[in-house]
Amino acid sequence: MAIAITKENFKSVVLESSEPVLVDFWAAWCRPCQMLGPIVESLSEEVKGLAVVGKVNVDEQAELANQFRIMSIPTVLVFKGGKVVNSIIGVRSKDELRKALGV
Amino acid sequence: MFDTIIIGKGPSGISAAIYLKRSNKNVLVIGKDNGSLYDGVVIDNYYGFPGGITGTELIERGVKQANELGIDVLQDEVIAIDKYEHFTVTTKKGVYEGKTVLLATGKPRTTLKIKGFQKYRGKGISFCVTCDGFFFRKKKLALIGYNEYMLHELKDMEFLTEDIQIFTNGNALTVDVDYPVVHEQITEITGDEDKATTIVTTNGSYDVEGIFIALGSPGAVEFATRIGAIVENTNIVVDDNFMTNIEGLYAAGDTVGGVLQVAKAAADGMHAAIAIKKQLKK
Repeated sequence: MAIAITKENFKSVVLESSEPVLVDFWAAWCRPCQMLGPIVESLSEEVKGLAVVGKVNVDEQAELANQFRIMSIPTVLVFKGGKVVNSIIGVRSKDELRKALGV
Repeated sequence: MFDTIIIGKGPSGISAAIYLKRSNKNVLVIGKDNGSLYDGVVIDNYYGFPGGITGTELIERGVKQANELGIDVLQDEVIAIDKYEHFTVTTKKGVYEGKTVLLATGKPRTTLKIKGFQKYRGKGISFCVTCDGFFFRKKKLALIGYNEYMLHELKDMEFLTEDIQIFTNGNALTVDVDYPVVHEQITEITGDEDKATTIVTTNGSYDVEGIFIALGSPGAVEFATRIGAIVENTNIVVDDNFMTNIEGLYAAGDTVGGVLQVAKAAADGMHAAIAIKKQLKK
């Protein structure tokens, strides 16, 4: 299961993670996000133990969306050592996302 | 309700239509223009045409062949594709429903070659009002376009803000709008580190908080992106059956990449048709 990321757990789950973290910014009303959702879920199972996969609901977590200047969804950010190292806008295959995660 | 709605009347779309029709499927083909087989292009590497054949004639012969089998090939332009229970295809002239859709529009040939365009993609420049509009509520927005496609996006934009300006980028406006229109050509999009802030035209510059693009005609990649199909490097990603990650949505020919050749497009169309036929049986 992808972890639901909020501003409360963002620091511990994303910034302080020793593994790379993939974060999917999404919303329920966004059609392409609905298609990316299952791909991200499946990825989270596949990379268990290697990387962390999380989701930010931009409706509920406007502060996080603002902080990372999200203006188009779905946007996927990859964090390593607390820093954004990759960003992808739009729906991508699981392989492509895994490549961006580098695991 | 059609079994399959095929968007594109080139070698891929028409081949698929022929195979489906011959299997007694109810198909509709909607085509806008000849795409990359435009006037003046001569195809001289396709089987069975010594001396070559012009793109135009090849397209005309394909359409004629389809017509002779009783397939309707509409001369129309698709503006939107949605999927609820079935697929809904909205064109300039009508609305059609299908159990499956095949995208065979070919490769897009018009990209906006404006300085700053690539830099601010996703940073204040968006291609989809229903996808990204949420981030631009109550903002001062620019909509770049001039025709029905622009109007379709404008309708979605009106829910977000009243502060809308239309930029035709030098094209003649073919629809009526109740908003200020800038007719000049756009020369550059500028902004700060994070986002686009200004549209520069041949005559002046305009401050904006968001830019949406609905220029010309949407192609397969635009439809795919909006509905959530996987697109990589302007190619629609399909499986061995030419189906996208969306059940019932297929793509074939140049839209899926590979060699951009008539023979390959026709073969794609045939393979897609066989796969669609199997899916319709379920």
